[in-house]
Amino acid sequence: MSDPRLAAVGQEILAIEGVGVRLGGRDVLKDVSFTILPGEFTGLIGSNGAGKTTLFRVILGLRSPLSGSVRIGGRQRSRRNPLIGYVPQKYVLDPDAPLRARDLVGLGLDAHRLGIPRPTRARRDRIDEMLAAVDADGFANARVGSLSGGEQQRVLIAHALISRPRLLLLDEPLANLDLRSGHDIVQLLARIAAEQQIAVLISAHDMNPLLAVMDRIVYLAGGRAASGTTAEVVRGDVLSRLYGHRVDVLHVHGRVLVVAGEHDDDAGRDREGFARAVRSVS
Amino acid sequence: MSGVEGAIFGHGFFDSATVHVALAVGAAVALVSGVVGVFAVIRGQAFAGEALSDVGATGASAAFLIGAPSLWGFVSAGVGAAAVMELIGIQRPRGRDLATGIVLGASLGLAALFLYLDTTYHSTTGATATILFGSLFAIDSSTTPVIIGLSLVALVLVVLVQRPLLLSSLNADMAAARGIRVRLVGALYLLALAVAVSLSALTIGAILGTALLVGPAATALRVTKRPGTAMLIAPLIGVAATWLGVVLAYDSFYWPPHGHGWPVSFFVVAVILSLYLLAGLPRRRRARAVAAPDGVR
Repeated sequence: MSDPRLAAVGQEILAIEGVGVRLGGRDVLKDVSFTILPGEFTGLIGSNGAGKTTLFRVILGLRSPLSGSVRIGGRQRSRRNPLIGYVPQKYVLDPDAPLRARDLVGLGLDAHRLGIPRPTRARRDRIDEMLAAVDADGFANARVGSLSGGEQQRVLIAHALISRPRLLLLDEPLANLDLRSGHDIVQLLARIAAEQQIAVLISAHDMNPLLAVMDRIVYLAGGRAASGTTAEVVRGDVLSRLYGHRVDVLHVHGRVLVVAGEHDDDAGRDREGFARAVRSVS
Repeated sequence: MSGVEGAIFGHGFFDSATVHVALAVGAAVALVSGVVGVFAVIRGQAFAGEALSDVGATGASAAFLIGAPSLWGFVSAGVGAAAVMELIGIQRPRGRDLATGIVLGASLGLAALFLYLDTTYHSTTGATATILFGSLFAIDSSTTPVIIGLSLVALVLVVLVQRPLLLSSLNADMAAARGIRVRLVGALYLLALAVAVSLSALTIGAILGTALLVGPAATALRVTKRPGTAMLIAPLIGVAATWLGVVLAYDSFYWPPHGHGWPVSFFVVAVILSLYLLAGLPRRRRARAVAAPDGVR
């Protein structure tokens, strides 16, 4: 059970402490702190521009924070951290590109290596095993560019998982999927988190598809973050403090809507949020 | 020589030193262009290749003006332009086409000036035709080792970084998250692209330079979906097209107007286009077969 890459067993896989990021003179993130335990399923929720992708880039070591610390597996973050698997937000590939699903998964094993790849039996078996684990064995030999959005997500998840990470970051994986594929991906990720004790951190602008499987929610608004269980975080008083103005949390048939309070008249963004909420009800 | 061979290869084909140089240089350049071209297509940098080729023409026409070998004009201008493109951020997806377009336009303007001066001072129009449309038969045999050496260096470079390059080309953040130095890999690739395009501009002409880069790669993508196989097939298609072009150009000496061979570049490009169209046939038939039964899609 113990992984030599972890500093100590049983402690948090990700610890973010007081992280602040300034971009173009604007504080995108201010004093963001939260922790994630091994095998936990965490939703990083926030509207567009709330800083979700920026936070991911900080965790990946692609951007340095202005302040605060990020510890992964008990150690300071670094580039090429083998403990992290990453699935990017947008992935557009030419349908003609010569790349099969299994080639992309294989790149997860040895893309950092130089020279000509040597196909071995063991490598092939490991790729097959990974493709089967994400239910992608049916299109293992199809061109990645010709796959549907949901199929591509599965292949990308296999690419991220094949190097045996302990923390899987997924940036808006449900953004371009239909409801059915989105639901399937969430179930798959919840299964991986539980079975392999891999912590999953998934960003989304809508928390509803994740409500049933989230162990923890990190809610980003106004550059700040609130974290805890959904019951602790998704409350009118907590979110109002985060947004800096009054918001109400409505529960409709098991779904959650966050809407701007009635005294707020300046924020177009919240009107947008309200419109989205109305759409998700209907 | 038997009758069939005689009909294909014109008299004295295998004894001609010019043909030997054309076959050797053509093969080396087609090999590197094929491999580099596969990534140019995946990375969407075919346009950047075109610009590098045009800048090469500027360098070559300047070299002609001062009496230097056009090889060095092509290569130094191409590599220099690649360095400038890297500095002004051609690696970023946005601004890439704009920066490339500006470099391309400016360099063609300069080439126009230099070629005008070449024609005026040297009282010959040969430079214009050779630089713009190339000639495998006009290559100075003393530069052969240099051309083959440069081709090998660029080829080895791309083969060496193929995996980091492939992942960086697919998604920069995914590559960076795996510790790949995306910027460095991209710069190395741009260097190899500059060398490959300069050399193919030298052999089949600045205007046709990208044909050897994009054509074989695009054909390979039609027949295989494996990256490794594409990197193998594309250079082979390039070599086949170049050699076939040389043979046909040699034969064309006896075609009308009698006594003047047709340009090699024409044949090379014609063969590339034919192979590309041929490679598309099975797929189109397959698509029709799939579409026919249900007829819904």
